Amino acid sequence: MAQVVDLTETHGVGHDGGDGHSGHPPTSTGINHRKMLMWLFLASDCMFFGSLIATYMIYRGRSEEMGIGPFPHELVDIPYTSVSAFVLLMSSLTMVLALSALQQGNIRNSRLWIAATALLGTVFLGGQWFEFSEFYHEGLSLHTNMYGASFFTLTGFHGFHVTIGVLWLISLLFVSLRGGLKKEDSLDLEIAGLYWHFVDIVWIVIFTLVYLIPYEEKTSEAGEHAMRLVSFGSSLLSRFF
Amino acid sequence: MASIAQPQTQAIPQRRPKSETGIWSWITTVDHKRIGMMYGVAAFAFFLLGGLEALLIRTQLMHPANGVVTEAQYNELFTMHGTTMIFLAIMPLSVAFFNYIMPLQIGARDVAFPRLNSFSFWAFILGALMLNLSFFFGEVPNQGWYGYAPLTDLSWNPTRAVDFWMLGLQILGVSSVAGALNFITTILNMRAPGVTLMRMPLFTWTTLITSVMMILAFPSITIALFLLTMDRFVGTGFFAPAAGGDPLLWQHLFWVFGHPEVYIMIMPAFGIVSEIIPTFSRKPLFGYSVMVYSVVAIAFLGFGVWAHHMFTTGLGPTANSAFAATTMLIALPTGVKIFNWIGTMWLGHLKFTTPMLFAVGLVSQFTIGGLSGVMHAVVPVDEHHNDSYFVIAHFHYVLFGGSIFALLAAIYYWFPKFTGRLMDERLGKWNFWTTFVGFNLTFFPMHFLGLEGMPRRYYSYGEGSGWWFWNIIVSFGAYFLGASILLFVYNVARSLKTGKIAGDNPWDASSLEWSISSPPPVYNFKNIPVIEHRDPLWAEKYGIDHETGDENEIEITFAGETMGKTEAPDDSVASQERRRRQEAANQDHGIHLPNRSFYPMLVAVGMFVLCFGKIIDNPIIHIQSLSLPIVSVIGGIIMLGAIYGWSFEPAD
Repeated sequence: MAQVVDLTETHGVGHDGGDGHSGHPPTSTGINHRKMLMWLFLASDCMFFGSLIATYMIYRGRSEEMGIGPFPHELVDIPYTSVSAFVLLMSSLTMVLALSALQQGNIRNSRLWIAATALLGTVFLGGQWFEFSEFYHEGLSLHTNMYGASFFTLTGFHGFHVTIGVLWLISLLFVSLRGGLKKEDSLDLEIAGLYWHFVDIVWIVIFTLVYLIPYEEKTSEAGEHAMRLVSFGSSLLSRFF
Repeated sequence: MASIAQPQTQAIPQRRPKSETGIWSWITTVDHKRIGMMYGVAAFAFFLLGGLEALLIRTQLMHPANGVVTEAQYNELFTMHGTTMIFLAIMPLSVAFFNYIMPLQIGARDVAFPRLNSFSFWAFILGALMLNLSFFFGEVPNQGWYGYAPLTDLSWNPTRAVDFWMLGLQILGVSSVAGALNFITTILNMRAPGVTLMRMPLFTWTTLITSVMMILAFPSITIALFLLTMDRFVGTGFFAPAAGGDPLLWQHLFWVFGHPEVYIMIMPAFGIVSEIIPTFSRKPLFGYSVMVYSVVAIAFLGFGVWAHHMFTTGLGPTANSAFAATTMLIALPTGVKIFNWIGTMWLGHLKFTTPMLFAVGLVSQFTIGGLSGVMHAVVPVDEHHNDSYFVIAHFHYVLFGGSIFALLAAIYYWFPKFTGRLMDERLGKWNFWTTFVGFNLTFFPMHFLGLEGMPRRYYSYGEGSGWWFWNIIVSFGAYFLGASILLFVYNVARSLKTGKIAGDNPWDASSLEWSISSPPPVYNFKNIPVIEHRDPLWAEKYGIDHETGDENEIEITFAGETMGKTEAPDDSVASQERRRRQEAANQDHGIHLPNRSFYPMLVAVGMFVLCFGKIIDNPIIHIQSLSLPIVSVIGGIIMLGAIYGWSFEPAD
């Protein structure tokens, strides 16, 4: 074919998108290869978490039905986990600050915020470790009942994701300390950030489903709760009408 | 232009494998064409292995109360036959074409992530190895390819057979997802100038959609296998009723993957046929856009029909009705495709070469399989057919009559592009007709057997069942089919040496892969092409007939006759000017190729060793409550080290 184009335009399409350090290689969509790969991977990861969350929700309440404790309402400590959830969400803020600093060429601050993000992630993991061992001492393990099996698997799978993220950030920090993470490399950090934010968002879902939504206590208490809710609702209604 | 013809490699900043020939060049290659060839050869070898397993099954069933294999061996044979054909033969054969053909069709020099591509291939090989190592350990998976709980439960299946299966599939899943991520990025990001989405050849479209299905469907089975791994290695009870688990959850997770998987296997076949039929009808594809939309519709609906595999599990009338409706609905876009292929052939100048024969074979045989599939959307009919030979007949009509017919067609069609030589047409026609007859002899009588009540997965049947007659026919047909596949192998072997020299475009086809030499040079396109038409080579060759045609249409002629019309290229002054400037700019650049790398293979090996350590006996390290087999630890370290090596190795 006689038709040709400038290779500077298209050759980047071939390979710079891979691991190159050029700022924005030309691609058909204008999105860098690696960035697109990360978005696609996250789409796939949604389905991973979706399958696990579905499993958890299917087995929710199964232990109560079978009468094999310890039950979630005896173990879940919402204030404690709220704090660690807050820590993880704050790490998204520091992630944004790290990227912003790097994009402005402020290497020192980018290192600071990367370190802070990794630290917050580690604090979250430490919190999870502590929570797991607390639950274990209360008698809950993978073998105890369906709650133990599905709880540890789901939150453990998430914790594994956070661990990967922390290792990634620490690696980036080392690269940065050796002078390899400059303004023009901000894409490297941005992609790690995409992953990090995704893992945070997933935690919001898990936190809601696994901790916040109250568990049936399978005693008269549950009925009382329901009655209280009904009376509260009717009093609300009576105020309007 | 002389400077362009020679690919240049960059200065290599660290030690990289450099050999151009020999085994190391294949192991470390990142060239999509070489990887595609390796995929194809390996998958075909597994296809033969799976076929051998099928022949053993048919030998056993040839007579009532036959004793060729024991019942235990029979279970192993049908498990390995199914798993091998699906995961090691049909899928990777399709991936071989994704790898080789798709980048050529969009005018790219390689895939977006050449090293990830190499990783996908090695993970596939090692996953397949894991699965088949079970033969050497004498503990062969025996629970069926669907692995229903509680057949996989430790108490029912205490040997390591299920472990080989479950970890093998897990590795294969990683390979598939990695490959699919790569293909999507490649198609979306690396199209040559002018290749808009709606100008992409249909095979590229099906590659894209199949890959999307892979990344969304595989997580479900990965999680199911992960939960199974927990059940077997850690002692949870996700699928064990005694512990409060639910065996049906496995079925849901499995079929949420399993049904899209069916389309993952047939979609590439649709794409292949949509390339071949226009070429040999001498007409552009009829209803291109509708073909694209129906592929997308099939993929979308494909995620909403999984429970039709579970009609007999007692989901209740509401769920059954909903899934019956979606199942019937998915027949619509599929039917649209059949009609469009017929529409393409309608009034065309049909040339019945071997690829065309196989393609038309698909149109007819897949339709039979599709019709018996729609029958199963009707719940009472499904309950009648469930677990009978009728179901086997149905899915072999779509998988063999669909996927394998198309893949054989694809090999005949693209063989000249791969090797520079045409396959022998006379042998090819013999090959087609023997395959066609053998296939129908094997699978059509299974409909009758099913309706007479012969159940699936039974290793034997009694004299009084009356099933012996059709079983003899089926077994004879299977041998005949096996012989036809051997004829195919012979044809390939012969044509490699003595086939006619093909030239760039032996079929006078319209898509971009035919514009370059056969086999293509390592850099694919000397100059990245600019595309202004959906059928670029036809537009260039036959041009626009301004005398008679509409100005926006060009006519495809063959032997002086008008064969069809298609939209005209935008050949404005501006684009000519752009081209001239681009040509000028092109003079100064060399072609830049990615370097070889051994890290991808090392990551795959690490992953394999990690899993393998859990299966074989080896010393175990105890850290608190964790017990880690030493081989697994070594595998993990290899994997992690290789990932770091990969990350810090410059991409090119």
